[in-house]
Amino acid sequence: MQAGPENIAPSPEPTPSSESTTPSPLVTALQHEHPEWMADVINAFGETTIVVPREHIADVCSFFKTLPDARFDFLADICGADRGPEEEPRFEVNYHLFSTTKYHRIRLKVLLNEDDVHVPSVTGVWRTANWHERETFDMFGVIFDGHPDLRRILLPDDWQGHALRKDFPLRGYEPYSLK
Amino acid sequence: MSSATIPPQFEIVDRPLDTQMTISMGPQHPSTHGVLRLELVLDGEMVVKTTPDIGYLHTGMEKLFEYKKYQQGIVITDRMDYLNPLGNNLAYVMAAEKLLGLEIPERAQTIRVLMCELQRIASHLVWLGTHALDIGAMTVFFYCFREREKILNLIEAASGGRLTPSYFRIGGLMMDLPAGFENRCKQFLNDFPPAVEEFHKLLTGNKIFQRRTQGIGRISAEDAIDWGLSGPCLRGSGVNLDIRRANPYSSYEQYDFEVPTEPDGDVWARYMVRMREMKESHKISAQALSRLKPGPVKADAPKVVLPDREAMKSHMDALIHHFLIVAEGFDVPAGEVYFPIEASKGELGVYMKSDGGSKPSRVHFRGPSFVNLSVLPVMAEGEMVADIVAIIGSLDIVLGEIDR
Amino acid sequence: MGLENIIAEALPEVLTTRLDSLINWARKSSLWPATFGLACCAIEMMNATSSRNDLARFGSEVFRASPRQADVMIVSGRVSRKMAPVLRRIYDQMPEPKWVISMGACATSGGVFDNYAIVQGVDKIVPVDVYIPGCPPRPEMLIHAVMMLQDKVMKESVRDRRDVPEEEAREAVVPGTLPVTDGSTAVQNTLPESRPYTIASRHERRRSS
Repeated sequence: MQAGPENIAPSPEPTPSSESTTPSPLVTALQHEHPEWMADVINAFGETTIVVPREHIADVCSFFKTLPDARFDFLADICGADRGPEEEPRFEVNYHLFSTTKYHRIRLKVLLNEDDVHVPSVTGVWRTANWHERETFDMFGVIFDGHPDLRRILLPDDWQGHALRKDFPLRGYEPYSLK
Repeated sequence: MSSATIPPQFEIVDRPLDTQMTISMGPQHPSTHGVLRLELVLDGEMVVKTTPDIGYLHTGMEKLFEYKKYQQGIVITDRMDYLNPLGNNLAYVMAAEKLLGLEIPERAQTIRVLMCELQRIASHLVWLGTHALDIGAMTVFFYCFREREKILNLIEAASGGRLTPSYFRIGGLMMDLPAGFENRCKQFLNDFPPAVEEFHKLLTGNKIFQRRTQGIGRISAEDAIDWGLSGPCLRGSGVNLDIRRANPYSSYEQYDFEVPTEPDGDVWARYMVRMREMKESHKISAQALSRLKPGPVKADAPKVVLPDREAMKSHMDALIHHFLIVAEGFDVPAGEVYFPIEASKGELGVYMKSDGGSKPSRVHFRGPSFVNLSVLPVMAEGEMVADIVAIIGSLDIVLGEIDR
Repeated sequence: MGLENIIAEALPEVLTTRLDSLINWARKSSLWPATFGLACCAIEMMNATSSRNDLARFGSEVFRASPRQADVMIVSGRVSRKMAPVLRRIYDQMPEPKWVISMGACATSGGVFDNYAIVQGVDKIVPVDVYIPGCPPRPEMLIHAVMMLQDKVMKESVRDRRDVPEEEAREAVVPGTLPVTDGSTAVQNTLPESRPYTIASRHERRRSS
């Protein structure tokens, strides 16, 4: 993508986020070329979610970044979620992609079991994933393989446990004391 | 004094000036805009490497959302980006409305736009005041806060809170604007352009300010997109991206405004973008004010939206709905949404996941300051320590949003 | 003999007072806060110093960035567990006389945030003189709190506030406890086993004022 004059030109027609027609050609493109990268597609509330098997997430991300129809060059967010200690798979990691030229959005979802919480890191695709993945690791304990610097970011470095898991109590394990 | 012993983990270096020094800037520091800690590796005065260390304001808000009903969560969102609380409220509320599929009446949307733009002006005024204060111009700080007091009075008249209004509700607004609000708002909008001229007179032509901001903290457009910058930081690098134009929400597509961009990508460019944005917000507020037509401010969804007080006191079903909404909350259909808005700092996205109950299963706020701060090590390499202060000011970070 | 008459008539320039009153009057009229704004209350604190509600009228002319030069620490905002040792260290660095105003609901009692991350009240860490409720409190409330603190200062005695011996202050928080990722000048992420916090005792004796 070029910087400068191309981007200061008037922006193309915006697509309201309630329309779901734009990402579907991408889903069919992905299905056509790499069907093993797609486990499931969910279309709800005007948004498209593709469930990606854990091993292929980095490939899917770079595919979407370079595909001429898609050009998802902006990683908006990586968000973890805990479905609950009884669910299998327990954790999910959501990647929210956005295209700065075509203005469409898509979500990629990776489902993880509780005993094997490793996901390949996508910091090689977008450098902004660095902090997002650190936060997901900090809050959920999801380990991103290949991350340059995976350590806690929000909680103190000597904190035990991962705060946003459903079995972590709201008030923590003990009240704060100076000692 | 000499009886103090240095703890054993620090070694004494014979020639300290030949080595690089690691110092900690913050977390208590007047110029870090909150409790931010930067580990600076310095070679003399020049910064070789910097690592932000955040989490000193981590409040566990995302965990709190899972324990509160949807309506109760609005109060918590105020405290996130505390300079732009109405923006946080709007993002959360609109995500919930997307899950519920509610149709918001036009007057509510217009008032939402008006309040959000006023809030954007207020947020940029704090940015300008503190940024100029860090660079050394103290007068601008007082002038900006004087203007901001007027906006806070308006917000307080509408919602009751200056800094934590919680004015929006799922399905509309808390209540309609009070009598006389439109006149006061018009008065403020008339008085505002001369104030912006004053700021320009004080800062834009000032050689010292220019020397301290031009050429500092450059980032190119590709790097900015790769690092996920958004808002004025991205537009200061020449990328024409505004969520209000890209994915319009809350009737923004009906308003006529420009999206200011600057090509350079340095502190000066971001300053100019925000100054021009204040003018654009003023334009949008004036349009919103002229569009106000009488009408309902709450959606027609009795199971979600609280009824009016008079209706509640006289009709039985309204009373029952009021009781159920307050005591048990309403069930939101299962699913997940990601709703981005253009907050004053960039793309504020809310990821809301519901299991079908009355409390959300996961709420995640993609704070623009969180991502904007991650680019600081890239921008600050090779700059002087004093320039770090200018760069942090130009990124416009709010630690409440970073640490949540 | 009419000592009062002699002083009043013959020496009208003489001011008679107790040492305590004189020193307390000087102290209360120039309470310089340390910048300790943490969260939203910090913005209201900034509003209190700006031109509409001018805190400088009451003596708080400057907000000192260095705690060594400050008198009062206005803890404005929520104190997270990561920040709590830092707060204590800043408090210990302030020389006597020092006071603490806990501004806002989060500093007073944890506020809206009753969870794992926030210390439920800053008085678990430092002794507090004035508590301000509100979320956030209006700037006028902060001004009122400063005035209440001034009343409190007037009632103190000079003998209550002696500086702590230097070694005791230095050992209170072992330096090097903030993590350094570079590892160049400090050991990474060490936490000392015991932290003696002994300085609060003098203030707790005086709490009944």
